[in-house]
Amino acid sequence: MSRLPVLDTDRPPQASAVKIARDKPDLLLTERHDLCPGCGEPLAMRVLLEAIEELDASRMAIGVVGIGCYTAFSPTMDVDSIQALHGRAPSVATGAKRMRPESLVFTLQGDGDMVNEGLQEVIHTAARGESVTCVLLNNGVFGETGGHMTATTVLGQRTKNSLDGRDAAYHGHPILIGDLLAQLGGTAYAARGAVDDAAGVARAKRMLRRAFQTQLRGEGFSFVEILTMCPTGWFIPTPDGPGYLDEVMGTVHVTGELKAGGKLTTTAELIARRGGREAPTA
Amino acid sequence: MSRELIEGSAAIAEAAIAAGCRFFAGYPMTPFTEVLEHFARRLPEVGGVCINAESELEAVGMAWGAVSTGARAATGSTGQGLSLMQESFSEITRAELPLVIVNMARGQGDYYQSTRGGGHGDYRHIVLAPIDIHEAVELTQLAFHLADAWRNPVLIYGDYLLAHTYEAVDIRALDFGELPAKDWAVDGSLGGTGHSRSVNPLGFRKGETGVDPDSMWKRLQAKHDAIEREEARCETEFVDDAETVVVAFGSLAKFARYAVRELRGEGVRVGYVRPITLWPFPSQALASACDGAANVAVLEQNAGQMIDDVRLALLGRAPVVAIGEISTDPAGFGVGPLLDPERVRGRIEAVLEAPPGGPR
Amino acid sequence: MRAIESRGTVTIAKQLCKGCELCIPACPPRVLEMSEAHNEQGFPYPELRPGCTGCGACLLVCPDFCFEVFLYREPVAHEVAP
Repeated sequence: MSRLPVLDTDRPPQASAVKIARDKPDLLLTERHDLCPGCGEPLAMRVLLEAIEELDASRMAIGVVGIGCYTAFSPTMDVDSIQALHGRAPSVATGAKRMRPESLVFTLQGDGDMVNEGLQEVIHTAARGESVTCVLLNNGVFGETGGHMTATTVLGQRTKNSLDGRDAAYHGHPILIGDLLAQLGGTAYAARGAVDDAAGVARAKRMLRRAFQTQLRGEGFSFVEILTMCPTGWFIPTPDGPGYLDEVMGTVHVTGELKAGGKLTTTAELIARRGGREAPTA
Repeated sequence: MSRELIEGSAAIAEAAIAAGCRFFAGYPMTPFTEVLEHFARRLPEVGGVCINAESELEAVGMAWGAVSTGARAATGSTGQGLSLMQESFSEITRAELPLVIVNMARGQGDYYQSTRGGGHGDYRHIVLAPIDIHEAVELTQLAFHLADAWRNPVLIYGDYLLAHTYEAVDIRALDFGELPAKDWAVDGSLGGTGHSRSVNPLGFRKGETGVDPDSMWKRLQAKHDAIEREEARCETEFVDDAETVVVAFGSLAKFARYAVRELRGEGVRVGYVRPITLWPFPSQALASACDGAANVAVLEQNAGQMIDDVRLALLGRAPVVAIGEISTDPAGFGVGPLLDPERVRGRIEAVLEAPPGGPR
Repeated sequence: MRAIESRGTVTIAKQLCKGCELCIPACPPRVLEMSEAHNEQGFPYPELRPGCTGCGACLLVCPDFCFEVFLYREPVAHEVAP
C-alpha cells in the first residue's frame, strides 16, 4: 500500500470540474445486475447501448435477446425488447425488422446461443442479407450453466466438460463464426472485438457503431463479435481474465474487421498481419 | 355476394389477408405447401411479407418477431412440421402473443398435439376446426380476432381434404367487434423514455432485475380458465330426442352429418355434435346434447384422441364408443377410406344395431 | 512536502463493486489500489490516490458501472509527505 493519501471518491469534486463520463448509459435503467465479478458482458452492454444513443437511434431500436448471462440486461435496458428462445434471436429479429423496416434491430446472443443452438439461423439470416445487426458475446463457454464447452471453446481450453482441456480428436475444433458469416453474400459488415482492456472496449464500440450504420444505410446484414471475460467459467481469478482472453481466446478468435466496405479479411490473414504482437488494425 | 371457386389452401390465405395478416413464414410440407405458396404470391401484393424459412424453427421464430411488433402474423405447417415448433408455441403463449397457427394436418392424429400442446409447461391454445372451406374462411378470420382479444395463440386445424378441394366462397373482411390497442407491442418507439416495453415469457418487469415466472404463469392460468368459460363453440343437430349421438370434428364431420341427416330422414333417432373449438372443448354443450342418449359414438380418423374429452365431458352419464379408425392413403397424407359416406353410415348403423348401452 | 497534480478525479460507487480489480491495472497512472476495508457485499473496492488524469479507462473496464469521471478546469495539487 503506497503512502499516498486516499482521496474522497464518494462525492463529486469540490474544485470546479466537469463530468466527462457517466457511470452508466442512459439506456440502462439500473446499473445493478447479478453477473459475476470480472464478467466482460457488462462492458459490451455499455458500448452497445452508448452506440445506439450516439447514433440517435434510441427511439427506433428493437433488441432481441437470447438466453445466457446477458439475459439479465433484457429487462434493464431501456430499449423496446423481445426476449427470444435460446438460439432463436436472429429469426425473431428477421420478423421484427420485416414488419418495422425503419427500426434498428439488433440481437444480443452468447456463443452457446448463436454458434451452438442457433448456428443455422444466424447463417441463413446473414445469407438472406436481413437488415439486422447480430451481436455475439463470445466467452468460449456456457457461462450461465457454470462454464461448459461451446462451439467456440478453443483447443486446450478447460471447461466443466473438457476438464483436461478441449481435445481436437475427442471434442473437435472451434468454429470461427465471424469467418463463416463474412463470406456470405448478404453480409455487409462483420468484425470481431474484445473487451480485455479500455482500448479494446473503445474499439468494440467503433465496430458496433459501424455495424449499426451499415444497417441504417440498408446495406445488408451486420455482425459484431465481442470476446468477453468469464473468470468463473474459465476457473481463474478475476484479475487474470483479460490476460486469459488475450492469450487463450484472442490468439484463435483474433480481433479485427472481417468484412467492411466490400473487403473480406480472413482470421488467418489477421493472424498473419499481426505476426508479432502489434495492435490489431481495426 | 360475390362468390369465387377457390381451393381451400388459397381460401385460408385469402381470409387471413382479409383479416389484416401481413406476415407469414413457413416451410413447404404436404398438405400445407399450397397455403405457403398462396401467401408467398399474395402478401407482397398487399404490402406484407412471406418468408420461406430455412426450417420450421425459424419460421415460428420469424412470426414471433413479426407479431411482437403488433402486426397480425401467422405461421403453419402440417403436424410433423408443427412438432418442431412446439417449444416456441409454448413460450409464445407465455409471452402472451396473438400468433395464428395453421395446421393442414394429415388426418386427425394431431388432436392431442393441437389441444394439449407438445411444448413444456402449462399453456393452452384456442383450436378451431373448420368442417369445410366456407367455415374455414370465417374461422381463419375469427382466429386473428380471438388471438388479439386474448393475446394468445390460436390454431386452425385443417387437413388434406380442406387443403385440396374447391368451394365457391365469398371472402370479405369480417368484423368481430372492438379490440384493445396493442400498447404492449414492441415497435422501437419508446426506447430511452423510461417506458420501453418488453415482450417476454419470463415475467420481466422493465427496470427491475430478475424474473418472476410464478406470478406471470398464474396470471396465464386465470386467462386460460376464462377462455375455457367463454370461447367453446360447437354445432349440434337432432339432439333433443336422440338415442344415439355421433360426435365428430373437421372434414370427417361432413360425412357424419350427412349420414345422420339421412338416417333421421328414415326416422332413426340419431343426433350429431360437432366441436368447432377443439380447445376449449365444448363439454357443457356435449353433456346437454347427450342428456338422455343411450349411447355416444365418437367418429375420429385416428386411434382415438378426442374420445378422451368426450368421456371427460360425460363422466359416465352415457356409454361412449369409438367408431372411427386410423385411415390414410399410401403416402400417409390422411386421405383414407374412412372419408366415405357409406362407410361412415355403416359405422353408425353398427352402433344402432348393437348399442353398447343396451336397449332402452 | 511535495505536490502531486491531479488533472481529473472519479467518484466510485463502492457498494456496487464486486472486487474484480480490473480497474487497477487498467489505470495508466496506476493511482487506483484495492481497499483494506470491504463493502456491504463483502468485497474490497478501489481507492483513488493523487495523479488521476481523468482518462476514464477505469470506467470503461468496470463491469459494475461504479465510476464517474471528472476533469478539473485547473489541475489540483495534493500535498504529500516526501
